[in-house]
Amino acid sequence: MELDPFLLARIQFALNISFHILFPTITIGLAYFLLFFRIRYTQTGDDHWDYIYAFWVKVFALTFALGVVTGIVMSFQFGTNWPGFMEQAGNIAGPLLGYEVLTAFFLEASFLGIMLFGRRRVSNRVHLLATSMVALGTSLSAFWILSLNSWMQTPAGYTFENGVLIAENWLAVIFNPSFGYRLAHMFVACLITAVFLVAGVSAWRLLKGVGGPGTRSVLKVAILCAAVLTPTQVFIGDLHGLNTLEHQPAKVAAMEGIWDTQSGAALTLFGIPDEEQRTTHYALKVPKMASLILTHDLDGEVKGLNDFVGEHPPVAPVFFAFRVMVGMGLLMILVSWLSSIKLLRGRELETTGLRVLVGMTFAGWVAVLAGWYVTEIGRQPWVVNGLIRTADVVADHEPQVLIASLTAYVLIYAFLLVSYISTLFYMSSKPALSLKGTPVHEYDLQSGGRI
Amino acid sequence: MEALLPIIFVAIMGLALLLYVILDGYDLGVGLLLPLASDKEKDVMIASIGPFWDANETWIVLGVGVLLIAFPAAHGIILTSLYVPATVMLLGLILRGVAFDFRVKAGSHRKAMWNQLFFVGSLLASTAQGWMLGSYITGLEHTQLNMVFSILIALCLPALYCVLGASWLMIKTEDELFLKAAVWAKKSLSPMAVGLLLVSIATPLVSQVIADRWFQLPQFIGLLPIPIASVIALSLLYVLLSRTPEQLLMTNPWMIFMCPVIICVMAALGLAYSIFPDIIIGQLTIWEAAAHTSSLKFTFVGVVIALPCIFVYTIFVYRVFSGKASELTYD
Repeated sequence: MELDPFLLARIQFALNISFHILFPTITIGLAYFLLFFRIRYTQTGDDHWDYIYAFWVKVFALTFALGVVTGIVMSFQFGTNWPGFMEQAGNIAGPLLGYEVLTAFFLEASFLGIMLFGRRRVSNRVHLLATSMVALGTSLSAFWILSLNSWMQTPAGYTFENGVLIAENWLAVIFNPSFGYRLAHMFVACLITAVFLVAGVSAWRLLKGVGGPGTRSVLKVAILCAAVLTPTQVFIGDLHGLNTLEHQPAKVAAMEGIWDTQSGAALTLFGIPDEEQRTTHYALKVPKMASLILTHDLDGEVKGLNDFVGEHPPVAPVFFAFRVMVGMGLLMILVSWLSSIKLLRGRELETTGLRVLVGMTFAGWVAVLAGWYVTEIGRQPWVVNGLIRTADVVADHEPQVLIASLTAYVLIYAFLLVSYISTLFYMSSKPALSLKGTPVHEYDLQSGGRI
Repeated sequence: MEALLPIIFVAIMGLALLLYVILDGYDLGVGLLLPLASDKEKDVMIASIGPFWDANETWIVLGVGVLLIAFPAAHGIILTSLYVPATVMLLGLILRGVAFDFRVKAGSHRKAMWNQLFFVGSLLASTAQGWMLGSYITGLEHTQLNMVFSILIALCLPALYCVLGASWLMIKTEDELFLKAAVWAKKSLSPMAVGLLLVSIATPLVSQVIADRWFQLPQFIGLLPIPIASVIALSLLYVLLSRTPEQLLMTNPWMIFMCPVIICVMAALGLAYSIFPDIIIGQLTIWEAAAHTSSLKFTFVGVVIALPCIFVYTIFVYRVFSGKASELTYD
């Protein structure tokens, strides 16, 4: 079988970035939880917040380490696999990545040391400051990388000179048309991912009887946050979708599986898109709904894929990934609302409710990955929308070399993912310790540890 | 300004990579020395680099970042050409980086495995970096002779890291481990010296241009301080490490650590003089590879503001964690 180096390069990049994004998604959201725990401890002086912080800061450290090392791979991969991208768009992509390193990477990496090891070496205020700096660093990192990604989706502020792209207006480059929507959508996605992780792990600790003081309270905070954040995300997602419709109509047509441009387009709930016959088999449709969602008008016109022949993304992966993302989102709303209703009525979650939450621990990951597949595969065949084709910028490595590196990455990532998840649950099965290393009292454990 | 900016950026890139070699060099060195220590000592060794390694490693991201920002054409050529060693290095850095956390969190039954992976990761990363350095100095031309040269550097760079790592341990540890570290440093000296000598001999041999730059009067006299300072630092290191254990315990360990640091700085200066103004030896100058002035100007603003801040809080972190590492506990 002849393996296409272009396909291999894309698979490898997709693998690296998919694996990488799992960890920053957690740390960006979790950083704010840690900050919250620290602030509550500072305000109340209640040791329970100290126990909670002591546990979650370990989870943060482990997740952060995975994010850092997989991120370094990303910084090299642009050059090793997509040299043409840097030659043509490097004048714009380079500085944005540079600002990420300068403003975010050093900040978070430096203050992380104090956050993890410095508890007894600096004052409470400095430690609180270090925690805030780490949270700020993770968010700044998201700011710059999402600015670059959004620019690749909706390029602005550029001009051509000698065949390469250069910036004409940096503010227009940074705050390009899709940036605000994407940043909000991703930031909330990070919070939701962290919230379900916190809820799932806390539920696991309660089921194992090792929660220690405060675990029920943290679980409650997480569930209530989830109940607010998940519908907020639907609202932001809708705005983001409208923005995509304006700038990348072919992507939206692929997401919805709409082939012909039409007014009053039906919403396809499910079906199997067939690019060769240019139809969706077994389509389950709701009349006029797609027009209503996309144009907020029952008879609005929606452009179909047949208007973009040869210029639109592969339909099936975008179509299915979109349904996974939305489906996961709806499931998260359902679980968080049912749990919240129970809690707000003053009842505790029982075994079944806790087990469901454990099952949803990594729900955010699934939705985030599916969402990124929608937006990234949806941008194809372009690497910079409308300007540079992905196929034109790939490095010409021997397929054997790519297969070898791809295999190595697959093996190491599979190993790390298994290690991460099993370590997370191993850590969570151990009784709580405070930062000072003292174990929780038996009494607190039996009382379920209410704060 | 247009001609000056590429020079400024190549200087920043050189500084970032030099800092990487020194700072993550001692981290990787500690990783390389890990199998020689007892289990209890392993904990202290890793505690001695725990608060620093993450920021230390970020310098290579900045170095590669500047290469990408300021010299995108060279970035593509260099990284495509170094694809295999770069991949090996990245896999090594991944293993080393995650082992910090997994070794204490995955449970005691897994600790030995993660300690081993910590070592393997450090070894892969440091040999791959040597290989990359060797290929780069020989102009990225994959001839057989150049391969042999690259392999030799790949074997010698870890020795430099071991010297850095062992002398860092002398700053951070006490008593038995301190003395062990002195022995490790001394044993790593000769392979390190051989490596330095090899690079010094090979660079003018590989390139006539470089040979002309060095072996002409009056430049030769002006350049003499570089090899002389290196030889003095190396000799001083040998003398200091040859002291009796009692004398060693009285020696300021920072003096020992500064010797390999001076050697790194001198090697960097020598290399910079040899290569400048090329970014790929004999193929591409920094001005040919430079990004558009608008990009360089925009990034320069960020560098001027951010770099001093980075230095300030880096120094702050080093001050917070100054002193011996033995008591640093973290699980």
